[in-house]
Amino acid sequence: MSHMYLTGFPLLILLLAFAGVMPFLLMTIAQIVQFKAPGKGKYTTYESGMEPFGDARIQFDVKFYMYALLFIVFDIETVFLFPWAITYGNLELDSMAFMGMLLVEMTIFIGILLVGLIYAFRRDALKWQ
Amino acid sequence: MVELVSVLKTMAVSQVQSYPDWLAQLFGFIGVSLPDDFLLFQWAVILFTAIAIVGQAAVVFMVLMERKVLAWLTQRIGPNRVGPFGLLQTLADGVKLLFKEDIMTRDQDKLLFTLGPALFFLPCFVVYALIPFTSELLAIALPTGALLFFALSSISVIGIVISGWASNNKYSLLGGMRSAAQAISYEIPLVLAVLAVVLYAGTMNIRDIIEMQNNGAFGFPFGFISWFSIWLFPLSFIIFFISSIAEVNRIPFDLPEAESELVSGYNTEYTGMKFATFFLAEYAALFAMGALTVCFFFGGYYSPLGGLLSETLKIDVILQSLIGIDGFAGLVRQLEMISWMMLKTYIFIFVAMWIRGSLPRLKPDELMGFSWKFLIPLSLINIFMIAIQKYWHVTSDLTFGLAWAAVLVLGVGGFCVMMSRHFTAKLEERFKPALT
Repeated sequence: MSHMYLTGFPLLILLLAFAGVMPFLLMTIAQIVQFKAPGKGKYTTYESGMEPFGDARIQFDVKFYMYALLFIVFDIETVFLFPWAITYGNLELDSMAFMGMLLVEMTIFIGILLVGLIYAFRRDALKWQ
Repeated sequence: MVELVSVLKTMAVSQVQSYPDWLAQLFGFIGVSLPDDFLLFQWAVILFTAIAIVGQAAVVFMVLMERKVLAWLTQRIGPNRVGPFGLLQTLADGVKLLFKEDIMTRDQDKLLFTLGPALFFLPCFVVYALIPFTSELLAIALPTGALLFFALSSISVIGIVISGWASNNKYSLLGGMRSAAQAISYEIPLVLAVLAVVLYAGTMNIRDIIEMQNNGAFGFPFGFISWFSIWLFPLSFIIFFISSIAEVNRIPFDLPEAESELVSGYNTEYTGMKFATFFLAEYAALFAMGALTVCFFFGGYYSPLGGLLSETLKIDVILQSLIGIDGFAGLVRQLEMISWMMLKTYIFIFVAMWIRGSLPRLKPDELMGFSWKFLIPLSLINIFMIAIQKYWHVTSDLTFGLAWAAVLVLGVGGFCVMMSRHFTAKLEERFKPALT
Protein backbone atom coordinates (compact mmCIF):
# COMPACT_ATOMS: atom_id res chain seq x y z
CA MET A 1 0.00 0.00 0.00
CA SER A 2 3.01 2.28 -0.08
CA HIS A 3 2.02 3.71 -3.43
CA MET A 4 -1.31 5.04 -2.17
CA TYR A 5 0.54 8.11 -0.92
CA LEU A 6 1.59 8.95 -4.48
CA THR A 7 -1.81 9.12 -6.12
CA GLY A 8 -2.13 11.94 -8.59
CA PHE A 9 1.40 13.28 -8.40
CA PRO A 10 1.77 13.81 -12.19
CA LEU A 11 -0.79 16.60 -11.98
CA LEU A 12 1.14 18.21 -9.15
CA ILE A 13 4.25 18.09 -11.32
CA LEU A 14 2.29 19.68 -14.19
CA LEU A 15 1.17 22.53 -11.92
CA LEU A 16 4.71 22.81 -10.57
CA ALA A 17 6.04 23.19 -14.11
CA PHE A 18 3.34 25.76 -14.92
CA ALA A 19 4.05 27.82 -11.82
CA GLY A 20 7.80 27.53 -12.34
CA VAL A 21 7.78 28.55 -15.99
CA MET A 22 5.09 31.25 -15.92
CA PRO A 23 6.99 34.03 -14.10
CA PHE A 24 10.03 33.54 -16.33
CA LEU A 25 7.79 33.52 -19.40
CA LEU A 26 6.15 36.78 -18.31
CA MET A 27 9.52 38.36 -17.59
CA THR A 28 10.87 37.31 -20.98
CA ILE A 29 7.85 38.75 -22.78
CA ALA A 30 8.28 41.96 -20.79
CA GLN A 31 11.96 42.10 -21.77
CA ILE A 32 10.96 41.90 -25.44
CA VAL A 33 8.10 44.39 -25.51
CA GLN A 34 9.22 46.93 -22.93
CA PHE A 35 10.33 50.45 -23.74
CA LYS A 36 13.80 51.28 -22.45
CA ALA A 37 14.78 54.84 -21.57
CA PRO A 38 18.18 54.83 -19.90
CA GLY A 39 18.81 57.66 -17.49
CA LYS A 40 21.69 58.87 -15.40
CA GLY A 41 20.32 58.31 -11.92
CA LYS A 42 18.11 55.42 -12.80
CA TYR A 43 20.46 52.60 -12.00
CA THR A 44 21.40 53.57 -8.48
CA THR A 45 19.82 52.02 -5.43
CA TYR A 46 16.79 53.85 -4.05
CA GLU A 47 17.47 55.51 -0.75
CA SER A 48 14.83 58.20 -0.40
CA GLY A 49 16.47 60.39 -3.01
CA MET A 50 19.91 60.51 -1.41
CA GLU A 51 23.12 59.09 -2.76
CA PRO A 52 23.24 55.60 -1.23
CA PHE A 53 26.06 55.22 1.26
CA GLY A 54 27.66 51.96 2.28
CA ASP A 55 26.56 48.47 1.45
CA ALA A 56 23.10 47.32 2.43
CA ARG A 57 24.29 43.87 3.41
CA ILE A 58 25.09 44.53 7.02
CA GLN A 59 25.36 42.34 10.07
CA PHE A 60 22.04 41.45 11.50
CA ASP A 61 20.64 41.67 14.96
CA VAL A 62 20.82 38.47 17.00
CA LYS A 63 17.11 38.67 17.87
CA PHE A 64 16.18 37.26 14.47
CA TYR A 65 18.31 34.19 15.12
CA MET A 66 16.81 33.64 18.58
CA TYR A 67 13.38 33.40 17.01
CA ALA A 68 14.73 31.11 14.31
CA LEU A 69 16.17 28.76 16.93
CA LEU A 70 12.89 28.65 18.83
CA PHE A 71 11.03 28.12 15.56
CA ILE A 72 13.08 25.04 14.72
CA VAL A 73 12.21 23.48 18.08
CA PHE A 74 8.51 24.15 17.70
CA ASP A 75 8.38 23.21 14.05
CA ILE A 76 9.87 19.81 14.79
CA GLU A 77 7.38 19.47 17.61
CA THR A 78 4.57 20.14 15.14
CA VAL A 79 5.91 17.52 12.77
CA PHE A 80 6.00 15.01 15.63
CA LEU A 81 2.45 15.92 16.64
CA PHE A 82 0.93 15.07 13.24
CA PRO A 83 1.52 11.28 13.39
CA TRP A 84 0.31 11.36 16.97
CA ALA A 85 -2.89 13.14 15.93
CA ILE A 86 -3.56 10.64 13.14
CA THR A 87 -3.00 7.66 15.46
CA TYR A 88 -5.04 9.19 18.25
CA GLY A 89 -7.89 10.08 15.93
CA ASN A 90 -8.19 6.60 14.43
CA LEU A 91 -8.10 4.39 17.54
CA GLU A 92 -10.72 1.71 17.95
CA LEU A 93 -12.88 1.32 21.02
CA ASP A 94 -10.97 -1.70 22.36
CA SER A 95 -7.82 0.34 22.87
CA MET A 96 -9.17 2.70 25.51
CA ALA A 97 -6.21 2.29 27.83
CA PHE A 98 -3.88 2.97 24.93
CA MET A 99 -5.74 6.17 24.16
CA GLY A 100 -5.33 7.43 27.72
CA MET A 101 -1.65 6.57 27.58
CA LEU A 102 -1.24 8.51 24.33
CA LEU A 103 -2.88 11.54 25.94
CA VAL A 104 -0.57 11.37 28.96
CA GLU A 105 2.51 10.90 26.81
CA MET A 106 1.68 13.85 24.62
CA THR A 107 1.05 16.04 27.66
CA ILE A 108 4.51 15.19 28.95
CA PHE A 109 6.05 15.93 25.53
CA ILE A 110 4.32 19.28 25.13
CA GLY A 111 4.90 20.05 28.81
CA ILE A 112 8.65 19.77 28.38
CA LEU A 113 8.51 22.11 25.38
CA LEU A 114 6.27 24.55 27.23
CA VAL A 115 8.79 24.64 30.07
CA GLY A 116 11.39 25.47 27.41
CA LEU A 117 9.20 28.27 26.08
CA ILE A 118 8.64 29.65 29.58
CA TYR A 119 12.40 29.49 30.20
CA ALA A 120 13.08 31.41 26.99
CA PHE A 121 10.41 33.86 28.00
CA ARG A 122 11.88 34.40 31.49
CA ARG A 123 15.37 34.86 30.03
CA ASP A 124 13.98 37.60 27.75
CA ALA A 125 14.71 35.67 24.57
CA LEU A 126 11.28 36.67 23.29
CA LYS A 127 11.90 40.35 23.96
CA TRP A 128 12.16 42.47 20.85
CA GLN A 129 14.42 45.38 21.76
CA MET B 1 16.64 -2.02 -12.48
CA VAL B 2 13.85 -4.33 -13.63
CA GLU B 3 12.34 -4.09 -10.18
CA LEU B 4 12.46 -0.31 -10.34
CA VAL B 5 10.65 -0.31 -13.68
CA SER B 6 7.95 -2.61 -12.34
CA VAL B 7 7.53 -0.42 -9.27
CA LEU B 8 7.19 2.64 -11.49
CA LYS B 9 4.62 0.83 -13.62
CA THR B 10 2.60 -0.10 -10.55
CA MET B 11 2.75 3.51 -9.45
CA ALA B 12 1.62 4.75 -12.84
CA VAL B 13 -1.34 2.39 -12.82
CA SER B 14 -2.26 3.37 -9.29
CA GLN B 15 -2.22 7.04 -10.26
CA VAL B 16 -5.04 6.62 -12.73
CA GLN B 17 -7.86 8.83 -11.62
CA SER B 18 -11.05 7.75 -13.31
CA TYR B 19 -13.07 10.49 -14.97
CA PRO B 20 -16.67 10.92 -13.82
CA ASP B 21 -19.63 9.41 -15.67
CA TRP B 22 -21.34 12.71 -16.39
CA LEU B 23 -18.28 13.90 -18.28
CA ALA B 24 -18.45 10.87 -20.56
CA GLN B 25 -22.15 11.50 -21.12
CA LEU B 26 -21.60 15.17 -21.92
CA PHE B 27 -18.84 14.29 -24.38
CA GLY B 28 -21.15 11.66 -25.85
CA PHE B 29 -23.76 14.36 -26.51
CA ILE B 30 -21.41 16.43 -28.66
CA GLY B 31 -20.48 13.27 -30.55
CA VAL B 32 -17.13 12.48 -28.94
CA SER B 33 -16.95 9.11 -27.28
CA LEU B 34 -14.25 8.93 -24.68
CA PRO B 35 -11.94 5.95 -25.20
CA ASP B 36 -11.56 3.37 -22.48
CA ASP B 37 -7.98 4.42 -21.98
CA PHE B 38 -9.00 8.03 -21.43
CA LEU B 39 -7.00 7.85 -18.32
CA LEU B 40 -4.38 9.76 -16.54
CA PHE B 41 -3.12 12.20 -19.11
CA GLN B 42 -6.27 13.56 -20.72
CA TRP B 43 -8.18 13.86 -17.47
CA ALA B 44 -5.14 15.49 -15.94
CA VAL B 45 -5.00 18.07 -18.74
CA ILE B 46 -8.70 18.90 -18.31
CA LEU B 47 -8.30 19.23 -14.56
CA PHE B 48 -5.13 21.27 -14.91
CA THR B 49 -6.72 23.71 -17.36
CA ALA B 50 -9.76 24.12 -15.13
CA ILE B 51 -7.67 24.73 -12.01
CA ALA B 52 -5.36 27.18 -13.80
CA ILE B 53 -8.33 29.13 -15.21
CA VAL B 54 -10.16 29.19 -11.88
CA GLY B 55 -7.01 30.29 -10.08
CA GLN B 56 -6.06 33.07 -12.46
CA ALA B 57 -9.61 34.39 -12.77
CA ALA B 58 -9.95 34.41 -8.99
CA VAL B 59 -6.77 36.46 -8.61
CA VAL B 60 -7.67 38.97 -11.33
CA PHE B 61 -11.09 39.46 -9.77
CA MET B 62 -9.67 39.78 -6.26
CA VAL B 63 -7.41 42.69 -7.15
CA LEU B 64 -10.37 44.67 -8.41
CA MET B 65 -12.48 43.58 -5.45
CA GLU B 66 -9.83 44.80 -3.02
CA ARG B 67 -9.75 48.24 -4.63
CA LYS B 68 -13.53 48.46 -4.72
CA VAL B 69 -13.93 47.32 -1.11
CA LEU B 70 -11.25 49.72 0.16
CA ALA B 71 -12.85 52.51 -1.83
CA TRP B 72 -16.21 51.67 -0.34
CA LEU B 73 -14.78 51.60 3.19
CA THR B 74 -13.16 55.01 2.74
CA GLN B 75 -16.16 56.51 0.92
CA ARG B 76 -14.63 56.71 -2.51
CA ILE B 77 -15.87 55.28 -5.80
CA GLY B 78 -12.90 53.17 -6.80
CA PRO B 79 -11.91 52.17 -10.33
CA ASN B 80 -14.86 52.66 -12.70
CA ARG B 81 -13.38 53.80 -16.02
CA VAL B 82 -12.02 50.71 -17.76
CA GLY B 83 -14.86 48.47 -18.86
CA PRO B 84 -18.27 48.22 -17.15
CA PHE B 85 -17.91 49.00 -13.42
CA GLY B 86 -14.13 49.00 -13.91
CA LEU B 87 -14.09 45.26 -14.49
CA LEU B 88 -11.16 45.41 -16.90
CA GLN B 89 -9.05 47.61 -14.64
CA THR B 90 -6.81 44.74 -13.51
CA LEU B 91 -6.16 43.65 -17.10
CA ALA B 92 -5.28 47.21 -18.04
CA ASP B 93 -2.89 47.42 -15.09
CA GLY B 94 -1.33 44.13 -16.14
CA VAL B 95 -0.73 45.39 -19.68
CA LYS B 96 0.73 48.61 -18.28
CA LEU B 97 3.14 46.66 -16.08
CA LEU B 98 4.12 44.48 -19.02
CA PHE B 99 5.33 47.53 -20.96
CA LYS B 100 7.10 49.14 -18.01
CA GLU B 101 10.84 49.22 -18.04
CA ASP B 102 12.52 46.53 -15.99
CA ILE B 103 15.14 48.43 -14.01
CA MET B 104 18.06 46.63 -12.42
CA THR B 105 20.42 48.79 -10.43
CA ARG B 106 24.20 48.47 -10.54
CA ASP B 107 24.80 46.83 -7.18
CA GLN B 108 22.21 44.10 -7.39
CA ASP B 109 22.75 40.39 -7.56
CA LYS B 110 21.19 39.95 -11.02
CA LEU B 111 20.49 36.22 -10.81
CA LEU B 112 18.89 36.24 -7.36
CA PHE B 113 16.99 39.42 -8.18
CA THR B 114 15.24 37.54 -11.01
CA LEU B 115 14.90 34.31 -9.07
CA GLY B 116 13.24 35.89 -6.03
CA PRO B 117 9.82 36.73 -7.55
CA ALA B 118 9.70 33.37 -9.33
CA LEU B 119 10.42 31.51 -6.11
CA PHE B 120 7.73 33.53 -4.35
CA PHE B 121 5.25 32.82 -7.14
CA LEU B 122 5.88 29.07 -7.40
CA PRO B 123 4.45 27.75 -4.09
CA CYS B 124 1.57 30.22 -4.12
CA PHE B 125 0.20 28.60 -7.28
CA VAL B 126 1.25 24.99 -6.67
CA VAL B 127 -0.93 24.83 -3.56
CA TYR B 128 -3.96 25.18 -5.85
CA ALA B 129 -3.39 21.50 -6.63
CA LEU B 130 -4.42 20.65 -3.07
CA ILE B 131 -7.58 22.74 -2.85
CA PRO B 132 -10.77 20.81 -3.60
CA PHE B 133 -12.89 23.26 -5.60
CA THR B 134 -15.52 20.54 -6.08
CA SER B 135 -15.50 16.84 -5.33
CA GLU B 136 -14.09 16.25 -8.85
CA LEU B 137 -12.14 19.44 -9.57
CA LEU B 138 -9.22 18.51 -7.37
CA ALA B 139 -5.74 17.71 -8.62
CA ILE B 140 -4.66 15.44 -5.79
CA ALA B 141 -6.73 13.94 -3.01
CA LEU B 142 -3.53 13.39 -1.09
CA PRO B 143 -3.70 11.54 2.26
CA THR B 144 -1.17 14.06 3.60
CA GLY B 145 -2.72 17.07 1.86
CA ALA B 146 -2.94 19.40 4.85
CA LEU B 147 0.70 18.85 5.72
CA LEU B 148 1.89 19.28 2.14
CA PHE B 149 -0.05 22.53 1.84
CA PHE B 150 1.88 24.14 4.67
CA ALA B 151 5.14 22.58 3.58
CA LEU B 152 4.70 24.22 0.17
CA SER B 153 3.32 27.54 1.28
CA SER B 154 6.15 28.10 3.74
CA ILE B 155 8.63 28.02 0.85
CA SER B 156 7.39 31.38 -0.40
CA VAL B 157 9.15 33.25 2.41
CA ILE B 158 12.49 32.15 0.93
CA GLY B 159 11.56 34.10 -2.22
CA ILE B 160 10.95 37.21 -0.12
CA VAL B 161 14.24 36.89 1.75
CA ILE B 162 16.15 36.28 -1.49
CA SER B 163 14.67 39.33 -3.19
CA GLY B 164 15.29 41.46 -0.11
CA TRP B 165 18.93 40.37 -0.04
CA ALA B 166 19.50 40.63 -3.80
CA SER B 167 18.09 44.16 -4.03
CA ASN B 168 21.03 45.53 -2.03
CA ASN B 169 18.70 48.13 -0.62
CA LYS B 170 18.42 48.78 3.10
CA TYR B 171 14.65 48.91 3.07
CA SER B 172 14.42 45.69 1.08
CA LEU B 173 16.79 43.82 3.34
CA LEU B 174 14.90 44.91 6.46
CA GLY B 175 11.63 43.92 4.84
CA GLY B 176 12.96 40.51 3.89
CA MET B 177 14.34 39.79 7.35
CA ARG B 178 11.17 40.96 9.05
CA SER B 179 9.17 38.80 6.71
CA ALA B 180 11.23 35.75 7.65
CA ALA B 181 10.81 36.44 11.37
CA GLN B 182 7.08 36.95 10.96
CA ALA B 183 6.50 33.93 8.76
CA ILE B 184 8.29 31.54 11.10
CA SER B 185 6.48 32.96 14.12
CA TYR B 186 3.00 32.64 12.70
CA GLU B 187 3.51 29.33 10.97
CA ILE B 188 3.48 27.44 14.28
CA PRO B 189 0.06 28.59 15.53
CA LEU B 190 -1.28 28.13 11.99
CA VAL B 191 -0.17 24.51 11.78
CA LEU B 192 -1.16 23.81 15.38
CA ALA B 193 -4.68 25.09 14.67
CA VAL B 194 -4.87 22.74 11.70
CA LEU B 195 -3.54 19.96 13.91
CA ALA B 196 -6.63 20.30 16.09
CA VAL B 197 -8.80 19.75 13.01
CA VAL B 198 -6.66 16.79 11.92
CA LEU B 199 -6.88 15.37 15.42
CA TYR B 200 -10.64 15.50 15.43
CA ALA B 201 -11.12 14.33 11.85
CA GLY B 202 -8.47 11.63 12.11
CA THR B 203 -7.21 12.37 8.60
CA MET B 204 -4.99 14.87 6.81
CA ASN B 205 -6.80 14.45 3.49
CA ILE B 206 -8.51 17.77 2.82
CA ARG B 207 -11.37 16.17 0.88
CA ASP B 208 -12.05 13.68 3.69
CA ILE B 209 -12.11 16.55 6.19
CA ILE B 210 -14.75 18.25 4.04
CA GLU B 211 -16.77 15.05 3.71
CA MET B 212 -16.72 14.65 7.51
CA GLN B 213 -18.24 18.10 7.89
CA ASN B 214 -21.20 17.28 5.69
CA ASN B 215 -22.54 14.34 7.68
CA GLY B 216 -24.93 16.37 9.78
CA ALA B 217 -24.88 16.18 13.55
CA PHE B 218 -27.49 15.53 16.26
CA GLY B 219 -29.87 14.19 13.64
CA PHE B 220 -30.19 17.57 11.91
CA PRO B 221 -30.26 17.24 8.15
CA PHE B 222 -28.64 20.60 7.45
CA GLY B 223 -24.99 20.64 6.58
CA PHE B 224 -23.81 23.66 8.50
CA ILE B 225 -24.62 22.15 11.89
CA SER B 226 -21.62 19.85 11.66
CA TRP B 227 -19.17 22.43 10.33
CA PHE B 228 -16.04 22.38 12.44
CA SER B 229 -16.26 26.09 13.08
CA ILE B 230 -19.77 26.10 14.48
CA TRP B 231 -19.48 24.03 17.62
CA LEU B 232 -16.23 22.11 17.54
CA PHE B 233 -13.39 24.59 17.22
CA PRO B 234 -14.28 28.25 17.51
CA LEU B 235 -10.87 28.67 19.15
CA SER B 236 -8.86 26.95 16.45
CA PHE B 237 -10.77 28.82 13.77
CA ILE B 238 -9.87 32.16 15.37
CA ILE B 239 -6.21 31.15 15.75
CA PHE B 240 -6.14 29.89 12.17
CA PHE B 241 -7.72 33.01 10.75
CA ILE B 242 -5.42 35.43 12.59
CA SER B 243 -2.31 33.43 11.69
CA SER B 244 -3.35 33.04 8.06
CA ILE B 245 -3.70 36.80 7.72
CA ALA B 246 -0.21 37.11 9.19
CA GLU B 247 1.13 34.42 6.86
CA VAL B 248 -0.01 36.25 3.75
CA ASN B 249 1.49 39.51 5.08
CA ARG B 250 -1.63 41.60 5.19
CA ILE B 251 -2.58 44.49 7.42
CA PRO B 252 -2.45 44.49 10.48
CA PHE B 253 0.54 42.17 10.03
CA ASP B 254 2.11 43.73 6.92
CA LEU B 255 5.43 44.73 8.49
CA PRO B 256 7.50 43.30 5.59
CA GLU B 257 6.13 45.97 3.29
CA ALA B 258 5.17 48.66 5.75
CA GLU B 259 4.96 51.63 3.41
CA SER B 260 5.19 54.26 6.13
CA GLU B 261 8.57 53.06 7.38
CA LEU B 262 10.14 50.75 4.76
CA VAL B 263 8.90 52.44 1.54
CA SER B 264 7.51 49.13 0.32
CA GLY B 265 9.79 46.58 1.95
CA TYR B 266 11.15 43.71 -0.05
CA ASN B 267 9.74 44.93 -3.38
CA THR B 268 11.09 48.49 -3.21
CA GLU B 269 13.49 47.92 -6.10
CA TYR B 270 11.14 45.89 -8.26
CA THR B 271 9.50 47.32 -11.34
CA GLY B 272 7.47 46.09 -14.27
CA MET B 273 6.70 42.43 -14.65
CA LYS B 274 8.76 41.35 -11.64
CA PHE B 275 6.65 43.54 -9.42
CA ALA B 276 3.53 42.15 -11.08
CA THR B 277 4.72 38.64 -10.24
CA PHE B 278 4.94 39.57 -6.56
CA PHE B 279 1.55 41.18 -6.75
CA LEU B 280 -0.11 38.17 -8.41
CA ALA B 281 1.48 35.72 -5.99
CA GLU B 282 0.38 37.70 -2.95
CA TYR B 283 -3.23 37.59 -4.05
CA ALA B 284 -2.94 33.93 -5.04
CA ALA B 285 -1.71 33.15 -1.54
CA LEU B 286 -4.58 35.11 -0.02
CA PHE B 287 -7.07 33.16 -2.11
CA ALA B 288 -5.48 29.84 -1.18
CA MET B 289 -5.63 30.72 2.51
CA GLY B 290 -9.28 31.74 2.25
CA ALA B 291 -10.11 28.52 0.41
CA LEU B 292 -8.30 26.49 3.05
CA THR B 293 -10.20 28.24 5.86
CA VAL B 294 -13.41 27.23 4.12
CA CYS B 295 -12.20 23.65 3.65
CA PHE B 296 -11.15 23.15 7.25
CA PHE B 297 -13.85 25.01 9.12
CA PHE B 298 -16.79 25.84 6.86
CA GLY B 299 -17.68 22.67 5.01
CA GLY B 300 -15.70 23.29 1.83
CA TYR B 301 -17.69 22.88 -1.35
CA TYR B 302 -20.89 21.76 0.41
CA SER B 303 -23.87 23.97 0.74
CA PRO B 304 -24.83 25.20 4.23
CA LEU B 305 -28.27 23.82 3.44
CA GLY B 306 -26.93 20.29 3.19
CA GLY B 307 -28.38 18.37 0.27
CA LEU B 308 -31.42 20.64 0.03
CA LEU B 309 -30.94 21.77 -3.55
CA SER B 310 -29.71 18.63 -5.25
CA GLU B 311 -31.00 15.80 -3.03
CA THR B 312 -34.32 17.05 -1.68
CA LEU B 313 -35.50 19.43 -4.41
CA LYS B 314 -33.62 17.55 -7.16
CA ILE B 315 -32.88 20.75 -9.07
CA ASP B 316 -30.15 19.06 -11.09
CA VAL B 317 -32.46 16.29 -12.33
CA ILE B 318 -35.20 18.81 -13.16
CA LEU B 319 -32.75 20.92 -15.17
CA GLN B 320 -31.48 17.83 -16.95
CA SER B 321 -34.99 16.79 -17.97
CA LEU B 322 -35.72 20.37 -19.13
CA ILE B 323 -32.61 20.57 -21.29
CA GLY B 324 -32.52 16.95 -22.29
CA ILE B 325 -28.81 16.21 -22.20
CA ASP B 326 -27.60 13.15 -20.34
CA GLY B 327 -24.98 13.97 -17.76
CA PHE B 328 -26.17 17.58 -17.35
CA ALA B 329 -27.23 16.85 -13.77
CA GLY B 330 -23.64 15.98 -12.90
CA LEU B 331 -22.45 19.26 -14.38
CA VAL B 332 -25.07 21.18 -12.41
CA ARG B 333 -23.99 19.50 -9.19
CA GLN B 334 -20.37 20.42 -9.87
CA LEU B 335 -21.35 24.02 -10.64
CA GLU B 336 -23.34 24.20 -7.42
CA MET B 337 -20.34 22.95 -5.48
CA ILE B 338 -17.89 25.40 -7.02
CA SER B 339 -20.35 28.25 -6.49
CA TRP B 340 -20.62 27.52 -2.78
CA MET B 341 -16.86 27.13 -2.51
CA MET B 342 -16.21 30.45 -4.25
CA LEU B 343 -18.94 32.26 -2.31
CA LYS B 344 -17.57 31.15 1.06
CA THR B 345 -13.97 31.83 0.05
CA TYR B 346 -14.82 35.33 -1.11
CA ILE B 347 -16.62 36.01 2.15
CA PHE B 348 -13.33 35.35 3.96
CA ILE B 349 -11.37 37.39 1.47
CA PHE B 350 -13.85 40.21 2.02
CA VAL B 351 -13.31 39.95 5.78
CA ALA B 352 -9.54 40.17 5.20
CA MET B 353 -10.07 43.33 3.11
CA TRP B 354 -12.40 44.73 5.74
CA ILE B 355 -9.69 44.19 8.35
CA ARG B 356 -7.24 45.96 6.07
CA GLY B 357 -9.58 48.91 5.85
CA SER B 358 -10.15 49.07 9.59
CA LEU B 359 -7.08 48.23 11.63
CA PRO B 360 -3.73 50.01 12.09
CA ARG B 361 -0.41 48.22 11.74
CA LEU B 362 1.17 46.49 14.75
CA LYS B 363 4.58 47.30 16.17
CA PRO B 364 7.25 44.60 15.56
CA ASP B 365 7.54 43.66 19.25
CA GLU B 366 3.77 43.43 19.58
CA LEU B 367 3.63 41.30 16.46
CA MET B 368 6.20 38.78 17.65
CA GLY B 369 4.94 38.77 21.23
CA PHE B 370 1.38 38.14 20.12
CA SER B 371 2.43 34.95 18.37
CA TRP B 372 4.92 33.55 20.88
CA LYS B 373 3.33 34.60 24.14
CA PHE B 374 -0.32 34.30 23.23
CA LEU B 375 -1.18 32.30 20.12
CA ILE B 376 1.25 29.39 20.55
CA PRO B 377 0.33 28.56 24.19
CA LEU B 378 -3.32 29.05 23.28
CA SER B 379 -3.13 26.65 20.36
CA LEU B 380 -1.36 24.03 22.49
CA ILE B 381 -4.16 24.31 25.06
CA ASN B 382 -6.66 24.02 22.22
CA ILE B 383 -5.10 20.75 21.09
CA PHE B 384 -5.51 19.31 24.58
CA MET B 385 -9.12 20.40 24.72
CA ILE B 386 -9.81 18.67 21.42
CA ALA B 387 -7.89 15.56 22.54
CA ILE B 388 -9.94 15.28 25.73
CA GLN B 389 -13.15 15.87 23.81
CA LYS B 390 -12.13 13.13 21.40
CA TYR B 391 -11.35 10.84 24.34
CA TRP B 392 -14.85 11.32 25.75
CA HIS B 393 -16.32 10.90 22.30
CA VAL B 394 -14.62 7.54 21.73
CA THR B 395 -14.53 5.96 25.19
CA SER B 396 -17.31 7.74 27.12
CA ASP B 397 -15.01 7.29 30.12
CA LEU B 398 -15.59 10.46 32.09
CA THR B 399 -13.42 9.82 35.15
CA PHE B 400 -10.06 9.78 33.45
CA GLY B 401 -10.97 12.64 31.17
CA LEU B 402 -12.23 14.78 34.04
CA ALA B 403 -9.13 14.10 36.12
CA TRP B 404 -6.94 15.00 33.16
CA ALA B 405 -8.97 18.11 32.44
CA ALA B 406 -8.54 19.19 36.08
CA VAL B 407 -4.77 18.77 35.83
CA LEU B 408 -4.73 20.80 32.64
CA VAL B 409 -6.99 23.50 34.08
CA LEU B 410 -4.55 23.90 36.97
CA GLY B 411 -1.63 24.14 34.56
CA VAL B 412 -3.42 26.55 32.27
CA GLY B 413 -4.60 28.61 35.22
CA GLY B 414 -1.05 28.91 36.50
CA PHE B 415 0.11 29.91 33.07
CA CYS B 416 -2.61 32.55 32.76
CA VAL B 417 -1.74 34.03 36.16
CA MET B 418 1.91 34.19 35.13
CA MET B 419 1.06 35.85 31.81
CA SER B 420 -1.29 38.37 33.37
CA ARG B 421 1.40 39.34 35.91
CA HIS B 422 3.86 39.78 33.04
CA PHE B 423 1.53 41.96 31.01
CA THR B 424 0.50 44.03 34.03
CA ALA B 425 4.15 44.69 34.79
CA LYS B 426 4.72 45.65 31.18
CA LEU B 427 1.76 48.05 31.18
CA GLU B 428 2.92 49.66 34.43
CA GLU B 429 6.36 50.09 32.94
CA ARG B 430 4.89 51.71 29.85
CA PHE B 431 2.66 54.12 31.76
CA LYS B 432 5.09 54.93 34.57
CA PRO B 433 6.09 58.34 33.15
CA ALA B 434 2.44 59.28 32.84
CA LEU B 435 1.58 58.13 36.35
CA THR B 436 4.41 59.89 38.16
